[in-house]
Amino acid sequence: MKLRSQAIASSEQFKTNEAAHLDALRVVQEVAERAAAGGGEKARDRHVSRGKMLPRDRVANLLDPGSPFLEVGATAAHGMYDGAAPCAGAIAGVGRVKGRQVMVVCNDATVKGGTYYPMTVKKHLRAQEIAEENHLPCIYLVDSGGANLPNQDEVFPDRDHFGRIFYNQARMSAKGIAQIAVVMGSCTAGGAYVPAMSDVTIIVKEQGTIFLAGPPLVKAATGEVVTAEDLGGGDVHTRLSGVADYLAEDDAHALALARRAVGSLGAGRTSSLRQAAEDPAYDPDEIFGVVPGDLRTPYDIREVIARVVDGSYFDEFKPRFGETLVTGFAHVDGWPVGIVANNGVLFSEAAQKGAHFVELCSQRKIPLVFLQNITGFMVGRKYENEGIARHGAKMVTAVACTSVPKITMLVGGSFGAGNYGMAGRAYQPRFLWTWPNSRISVMGGAQAAGVLATVKRDAIERGGGTWSTEDEAAFKQPTIDMFEEQSHPLYASARLWDDGIIDPRKTRAVLSLSLEAALNAPIEDTRFGVFRM
Amino acid sequence: MFDTILIANRGEIACRVIDTCRRLGVRTVAVHSDVDGQARHVEMADVAVSLGGATPAESYLRGDAIIDAARKTGAQAIHPGYGFLSENPDFVDAVEAAGLVFIGPSAKAIRAMGLKDAAKALMAEAGVPVVPGYHGEDQEPGHLEVEAEAIGYPVLIKAVAGGGGKGMRLVERAEDFVSGLESAKAEARGAFGNDAVLIERFITSPRHIEVQVFGDGDRAVHLFERDCSLQRRHQKVIEEAPAPGMTEEMRQAMGQAAVRAAEAIGYKGAGTVEFIVDGSDGLRPDGFWFMEMNTRLQVEHPVTELITGVDLVEWQLRVAAGAPLPCAQKDLSITGHAFEARLYAEDVPAGFLPATGRLQHLVFPPDVRADTGVRTGDVISPHYDPMIAKVIVHGTTRDIALRKLRQGLAQTEVAGTVTNLAFLGALARHEGFSTGEVDTGLIGRDMAALTAVPEAGPAVIAQAVLALTGLERAPARLDGFTLWAPVAQDVPVEIDGDPDTVRVTMRAPGEIDVDVGGEVVEARFGANGWRIDGQPLRRVHVSGASATVFGAHPVCVRRLDPLDVEAGAGASSDVIEAPMPGLVRSVFAKAGQTVAQGDRLAILEAMKMEHALLAARDGTVAEVMTEAGAQVEAGAALIRLEAEDG
Repeated sequence: MKLRSQAIASSEQFKTNEAAHLDALRVVQEVAERAAAGGGEKARDRHVSRGKMLPRDRVANLLDPGSPFLEVGATAAHGMYDGAAPCAGAIAGVGRVKGRQVMVVCNDATVKGGTYYPMTVKKHLRAQEIAEENHLPCIYLVDSGGANLPNQDEVFPDRDHFGRIFYNQARMSAKGIAQIAVVMGSCTAGGAYVPAMSDVTIIVKEQGTIFLAGPPLVKAATGEVVTAEDLGGGDVHTRLSGVADYLAEDDAHALALARRAVGSLGAGRTSSLRQAAEDPAYDPDEIFGVVPGDLRTPYDIREVIARVVDGSYFDEFKPRFGETLVTGFAHVDGWPVGIVANNGVLFSEAAQKGAHFVELCSQRKIPLVFLQNITGFMVGRKYENEGIARHGAKMVTAVACTSVPKITMLVGGSFGAGNYGMAGRAYQPRFLWTWPNSRISVMGGAQAAGVLATVKRDAIERGGGTWSTEDEAAFKQPTIDMFEEQSHPLYASARLWDDGIIDPRKTRAVLSLSLEAALNAPIEDTRFGVFRM
Repeated sequence: MFDTILIANRGEIACRVIDTCRRLGVRTVAVHSDVDGQARHVEMADVAVSLGGATPAESYLRGDAIIDAARKTGAQAIHPGYGFLSENPDFVDAVEAAGLVFIGPSAKAIRAMGLKDAAKALMAEAGVPVVPGYHGEDQEPGHLEVEAEAIGYPVLIKAVAGGGGKGMRLVERAEDFVSGLESAKAEARGAFGNDAVLIERFITSPRHIEVQVFGDGDRAVHLFERDCSLQRRHQKVIEEAPAPGMTEEMRQAMGQAAVRAAEAIGYKGAGTVEFIVDGSDGLRPDGFWFMEMNTRLQVEHPVTELITGVDLVEWQLRVAAGAPLPCAQKDLSITGHAFEARLYAEDVPAGFLPATGRLQHLVFPPDVRADTGVRTGDVISPHYDPMIAKVIVHGTTRDIALRKLRQGLAQTEVAGTVTNLAFLGALARHEGFSTGEVDTGLIGRDMAALTAVPEAGPAVIAQAVLALTGLERAPARLDGFTLWAPVAQDVPVEIDGDPDTVRVTMRAPGEIDVDVGGEVVEARFGANGWRIDGQPLRRVHVSGASATVFGAHPVCVRRLDPLDVEAGAGASSDVIEAPMPGLVRSVFAKAGQTVAQGDRLAILEAMKMEHALLAARDGTVAEVMTEAGAQVEAGAALIRLEAEDG
């Protein structure tokens, strides 16, 4: 059925909403643009003066003309390491090469020589995870000095640290997910294994180097004096060592060779699910006007759905039951999806309906899109007694176990167990994107402060003391402030709790590209765990 | 009328003749050389006969083979077209001896006009004005002065034995004649040992105006004049009819003179009487003189057809078949104005050198008459005239016709070879030409301006780049999508041979910024398709990595493939090593010797094979470290080149 919007674009409310979203967007946009500039003008000038392309130009020139680029972690490491690692020192994202979606990971040597900070490692691993789950060939544009030594304890030893990169390469190669490395600069120590572990490796002449230990370390260890080029330059590796397969004249040549390598991979899997796309009947740009600027103001999520799905057609499932969860079928840019969207706090009926709908989509192999705006499951005696935890567990089980691709869009609040039922990060959606107005934390800041204050007041009053409301407010404020800071999407995205913040007006495009990526991998049959009935 | 005729020609004229034959229901026989086996005229004809060979001498000039072909295919007549055998009286005799009809004048008429001086004398006798001059034996200065006076000043004194401008003097006034004569004779004596001179009227602003005549062997009519003054080194470039500035009085005078000329030799068929005209002071009935007569259908005959409505080839066929003149002089009149531009495959900047190439794309606008013998995919070969087509237009006035010519040339699309299209366009826009002030020196005087190649504008280059990157299509929803700032791609290209890099930034689907040398051009997609800086796209043809953008100055942009470079192994190219253990069979390199990349420096015999060891780059042999007969290990250094500078 075609959704009908109740929004009035000329209304005061619409304009107020729009202004609030634009403000929130502007903050993110500025951060994203600063991150895209990498290590600053001086470092960029030095980089270019060596005849090297800037990292973003490398990515752009690797891709097909006109290719979309779905960047992952565009504001990673924002506000961390005293701002030393913009974009976490690496660019990652999904683009098209020879008509085929690929995952590109590109070191930014203008950021501390491209060395790996903890967030760089996390971002690289997340990119690999996306590639592995969605069967995307990986192209690594390598220009890195290896681990960032001052941070070695958070980079080297643990399971999801540096070594995992090569583990992933080996495992992906084993699954037939192509691993292609282009060595366009340093590739030292552990980093040397990126090209060495790749299926195909290209190295730029007199620019790319691969060695386990660089000339200074060699001299210290054995006294041998050798130049970087003679130790591990392009000539050595393509002629003598065989570590690399193709010698490139320069960056442009290397990228062209990488494109050719992708061309020889074959066509890959194309999903037959897609149908002809249609624009929504309502302008996606109006999302800003229909969604309140304040998370506490309720609104009908169908206003968003109407501006995201093809033709604004939404086949709503069980519309009269568990109304705080909206479920239904639609198409996004031609891709069939099952939508699960919050329309208020989750009650038992809503959770059961959610589980039911996820089962349906799993049965039919329809990808799921979660529009998450959830304060949590309903609390209180009535609800606990009727077993809301049991019903909630059903939804969580369904979401955790389904084999269909899940794409989560955080369009508002993400608090408490609602995050789980709505395919939060722990539930491994293929992609998780957030809007600038969203907030994420275990509970609201005011609630958390209230809980802490209640505990403290109880203790004070048990001891016969008194606590003034002023003192209580002063006690609560730091907690409120902390939650406010930590629940902000920039804080979340910096830590890669999601794949990035997006302009809400681009929701359709982001969903389309995410679905296209997800459907590179076949959809397996689902086997659910025990539902607590 | 004939049932079948053979066309002893190729290219556009063969096709043009076939067109009329089809309209008249006459069967056609094409002849062709080996290289023309798939040519357009062969495709159009009902029957084709191979003459073999490639050069004209091996093919289209083989009269005997052509007559044989006509006999075998049942052709009753042979149309010679122009060029090749069209003015060869011996061929005409042979055709007639074979019992076939030659579609054209008699051998006698051809011979009469073949010898220029005799033709002039013949015409003078018939009362056709010839350029006044004195060619007599009497070299006495007083006599020459009298002759000069009779000719009328200005006169040109020329050494009889002359050449290269030596012994030539222009005398503008009678009082300067004696001194001019003396210096001309002195120079002629010195240069040629012969001081005999001739005197001719000097025509200060010569125009080439010719009259189309048509005879049935008895009577003749004229189909008015054509002006062919736009010439480059005696090659006609643009022709028109009628002649600009022509008065009715002069037209009658010239027409009557031309008819007299034709009737004087009993002319049969289509012919052209060429006159030189003094255009210095307007056209006057006493200011034209006979030059020569072309006893064939001319290249530029279509302009006459367009202003008279006569199909000259039809007339040729009818008269050759024995019919009388299809109409009388009084029935002929001029309607409007026509131009013809000759489109050639030639390299104008290189001095109009004939060019060759495969026509990857050839399209003419619908509102011109394009007489052509080639199609898309055909080859302009070095064996024949490199003409691609004649672009012919007609308009109710000269001004309208000229505008149509400009438009027609700008909309003509040729890719695969260089052409003179831009030169023709520049000429069509020439101010003097536009106002009808034409003379045979116009092109030479303004050559620099007419052949100037303006730098390709960024909009044109941007369009070529969009076409080459496949972005000229209707935009797709996700084109160039990014979360935040747009991405920019660098496209290496070669613009008319010069390398450059163009930066393409995709701002949104249908919004592309193209940076060409610092100038940013905005390509935007809307209801009218793509517009570049608000302007419509030009026509473009993409073939492989090359895009030709058409228009007044066609621009060719080639996308460079980064894969075209081959990264040589820098460090290793100095020393040639043995690739495996073996016996050095021979050593060709000597210390100090200059070698080129790929040169054979030594031969190594190993594993029952002889391996040539080649120079990895150009250079000088610094040292030969082995000798023939030596047994060497794998990796042994055999020959070292001197290190490269830098």
